[in-house]
Amino acid sequence: MIHFVLFLCAGVSVLTTLGIVLVLVFESALFFREVSFVEFFTGTEWTPLFDPKQFGILPLACGTMWIAVGSALFAVPVGLMSAIYLSEYASPRVRAVVKPLLEVLAGIPSVVYGYFAVVLVSPLIRQLIPQADVFNAVSASVAVGVMILPTVASLSEDVLRAVPRSLREAAYGLGSTKFDVTVRVVVPAALSGIVAATLLAISRAIGETMAVTLAAGATPKLTWNPLESIQTMTAYIVQVSLGDTPAGTIEYRTIFAVAMTLFLMTFAMNIVARSVLRRFRQVYS
Amino acid sequence: MNWRRAISKLFEFACLGATLASVALLVVLLANVVYHGASRLNWNLLTSFPSRFPDKAGIKAALWGSVWLISLTTLFAVPVGVGAAVYLEEYGRRNWWQRIVETNISNLAGVPSIVYGILGLGLFVRALAFDRSVLAGSLTMTLVILPIVIISSQEALRAVPSSIRHASYALGATRWQTVWHQVLPAALPGLLTGVVLAISRAMGEAAPLIMIGALTYVAFVPKSPMDPFTALPIQIFNWSSRPQEAFRDVAAAGIIVLLVLLLLMNAAAVILRHRSGKNVRW
Repeated sequence: MIHFVLFLCAGVSVLTTLGIVLVLVFESALFFREVSFVEFFTGTEWTPLFDPKQFGILPLACGTMWIAVGSALFAVPVGLMSAIYLSEYASPRVRAVVKPLLEVLAGIPSVVYGYFAVVLVSPLIRQLIPQADVFNAVSASVAVGVMILPTVASLSEDVLRAVPRSLREAAYGLGSTKFDVTVRVVVPAALSGIVAATLLAISRAIGETMAVTLAAGATPKLTWNPLESIQTMTAYIVQVSLGDTPAGTIEYRTIFAVAMTLFLMTFAMNIVARSVLRRFRQVYS
Repeated sequence: MNWRRAISKLFEFACLGATLASVALLVVLLANVVYHGASRLNWNLLTSFPSRFPDKAGIKAALWGSVWLISLTTLFAVPVGVGAAVYLEEYGRRNWWQRIVETNISNLAGVPSIVYGILGLGLFVRALAFDRSVLAGSLTMTLVILPIVIISSQEALRAVPSSIRHASYALGATRWQTVWHQVLPAALPGLLTGVVLAISRAMGEAAPLIMIGALTYVAFVPKSPMDPFTALPIQIFNWSSRPQEAFRDVAAAGIIVLLVLLLLMNAAAVILRHRSGKNVRW
């Protein structure tokens, strides 16, 4: 009896996945009856909310890509260097202070980072580069970058610490400095794990919603200029659900098709990252 | 000191700089919020409903909405999450079903929260016709935090030494008696930490709630689980998205309240962990 109840508890998680897939597939199928795959995945205009309606997801994908790349450009170097410092250099006492602080940074809700981007980062960027839009990809990327920084730092620190001491000792024995040991031995040995950590962080950036809705703008467009207002896939979904688009219309169903794309992207990245991490752990255990 | 040593030292300083930069960002962020929000932080903020006039706007509806949401979410997520963890750690056999469930949970942990919102919209709001209620919101939020509760509970259970279980079995206890009287109490500090972490997450999430249609303008306090609601992060989002400076200051004040609540919850967890940790020694 108790066994069965506990079994049901575990079953909820499987049902959740099934539910997500069913809802997305069912509603997207209705969408794709009216819009072809080719139009959706290769179209360069996204204007479902006004005539003429165009359903090409590339502008939204472009916005999401800017946020993913921009935040990674910021979070990966800073996060990795923090991880190296904490794992290779810091005394236990410094670690005991800094690690909880990074966890605080990880625990701050994403809407707060959105506020941060709008109130602090965007005005700063417009002071430096006056032609930047009020809402732009760069300020959202910085906010998301700060948000995913702790993910990169703590996952990378874990993999760096998992590199066996013997490798370091051997390198010291050959007369290496701490820099040589870290950069030529420890980091290469942990590289696959660091890549996996980066992938997990980027997948978080792709799924990030509130900060990009507040700070990146609401103008879906294919652009090479990150100082312009853009729109990400997640921000579009929020825009539609905050608006008064009636359920059951093709405009409304776009959010399911977009969410499906988002789900598949993050799902693929997570699977790759987790299998890389698992293999990494096997190598050194 | 030769150049190789110099490079090594330089690199150390660069890494230290990066670490300090992360901490500095935290300080800047908090200082900015306090700077903008402090002037609006008063009793009126907590006891007023939102308003068209920024100097009269308050977070009463959002605060109570969040309290409702978090209470119900905790009520749903903790038993199911801990139950699932007990199933996987104490009852599970290492077979294909167990592997599927565990892989599935780690994948769910990586699904963007807005996608859970879509599920909540399709399942709770439409199919089960809970409408835009607190109930639909907290059920959706339960699904968002369930993977976190399960994974952290599993870790807490794994940390209990197997000698405790063996001793209990040796005295003739059944599996459930062992779990209920020995393993769960021993794992309590770890379980608590994970639960608080998960609830903190639920407290700050806005995206899934916006998806299920939580309102952005609510001038009442929910009285039953079937009432419409708003929540603190949604209210903060709404005020931050307005162009007027004055509304952004109210948003900052709301952020301060949200962060203080999160801080209190985490502090409570630390204290509880410390207390219950004293009873168990091995």
